[in-house]
Amino acid sequence: MSARHYRRAAAGIARRELLRMFKQKGRLAAALVRPLIWLAIFAAGFRTVLGLSIMPPYQTYVLYEVYIVPGLVGMMLLFYAMQSSLSMVYDREMGSMRTLLVAPLPRWFLLGARLLANTLAAIPLVYVFLFAARLWEVRPPWPGYVAIFPALLLAGLMLGAFGLLLSSFVRQLENFAGVMNFAIVPMFFASTALYPLWRLSDASPWLAWVAVFNPFTHAVEMIRFALYLRLEPAALAMTAASALVFFGLAVLAYDPGRGLWSRREPGGFT
Amino acid sequence: MKALEIDRVSHRFGARTVLSEVSFEVAAGGFAVLLGRNGAGKTTLMSLIARLYHPRTGEIRVFGASLRARPIVALSRLGVVFQLPTLDVHLSVRENMRYQAALYGLSRPKAEESGRVELSRFGLLDRLDDPVRALSNGLRRQAEIARALLHQPQLLLLDEPTVGLDLPARRAILAHVRALCRERGIAALWATHLMDEVEDDDALVLLHEGKMLHAGPARELAGRTGAGSLSDAFLTLTREAA
Repeated sequence: MSARHYRRAAAGIARRELLRMFKQKGRLAAALVRPLIWLAIFAAGFRTVLGLSIMPPYQTYVLYEVYIVPGLVGMMLLFYAMQSSLSMVYDREMGSMRTLLVAPLPRWFLLGARLLANTLAAIPLVYVFLFAARLWEVRPPWPGYVAIFPALLLAGLMLGAFGLLLSSFVRQLENFAGVMNFAIVPMFFASTALYPLWRLSDASPWLAWVAVFNPFTHAVEMIRFALYLRLEPAALAMTAASALVFFGLAVLAYDPGRGLWSRREPGGFT
Repeated sequence: MKALEIDRVSHRFGARTVLSEVSFEVAAGGFAVLLGRNGAGKTTLMSLIARLYHPRTGEIRVFGASLRARPIVALSRLGVVFQLPTLDVHLSVRENMRYQAALYGLSRPKAEESGRVELSRFGLLDRLDDPVRALSNGLRRQAEIARALLHQPQLLLLDEPTVGLDLPARRAILAHVRALCRERGIAALWATHLMDEVEDDDALVLLHEGKMLHAGPARELAGRTGAGSLSDAFLTLTREAA
């Protein structure tokens, strides 16, 4: 087992994920159109209703479109991560996941490489959206587009690890719709993606508490601050810690000895 | 040297025991058949040998390397063809081969060369750039076996690889795997529920409801039961056990 083997395997996994992504044009289009619809329709409607005070990282009053863009970036990463975990369940059910898991490499590495590959595949889409958002007068400083990259990577890894963990619990593809409803939707809405924390707090203190403990909130805030060239240490720490915890649990869940897989009967085949 | 040692392996899913104290060996370069009805525990045993998960008790060794203690060494000697097709149908045969080669750490030129050799044995070389979905089920299976051989494993696991195929395709695949054992010294464990895939000289492991009913040359099975044929012996034994 050499460093070269690890490198080749990681490159091979990344190549496969990218090839698969480009072959799924509908998924690509949906990933881009979804946040643009939110920006063009939802944000346009809300800008007249929702007043925003000056708050970091913004130094002036900002349009609602400006506020919502980091949340929509988070949404893109969240949906991409969930679609990737959906494809994990599909691959597991259809069998192609086995090809990955029988490779002579540590399982944590194989899962981590796939996670990283999926995250890297999503980032170019985020950039296309960010550039398109300039048409809606969302114009962060140019260096912000560079500063946001590590934040996108970390947020994508955290959400991907969460999806990986979910995929280990979901036995069948049909059950994934339930996961979307009970995990993804609350994660997105009970966060600061659409409204700032003080607004949530005004509306419902318990909702604000949920948002504070929601890892997605911290991923969005980390992205928001990075886009305006600010570092938010608490958001960074919470996102990184969540990524580690989710990934650690996912590796345990896929472990050949302790994993749930070894305790569940594979559907129909023994 | 034993290619595979299954040592008192038991496994259960929840409260249901699917394998109970199974022990047998496959010799290096030997062709062994794992025979059993549907639900006998063949796929579970294959999944355990492929280290998708560990057995509750017992030990599995591939060329002396324990799957628990030295999994990477053991897996690097193993080629697996699962019961469910595992080729990515969205990608071409070549891309599937490249993916497999990368997982086993092969360089691009080595992977190309090895892929050509294995695919040409099946006459599949001209389909290299075709998407997998354009291949018939039989050709997909052949491509899958070629892929499993890419890193030149010393032990090949095949879990009911002929399920759903017509007779000529089944025979072609079986003949190819037997030739691999004979000519290249690769050991193979072939799981099936089809008696006509077993020959008298094959090493045979008969599994029924998770229990091993026989391990030894196939021809001994008929003698043991006093049955006239392997099929009769199989039916007699599995009926007795049930």
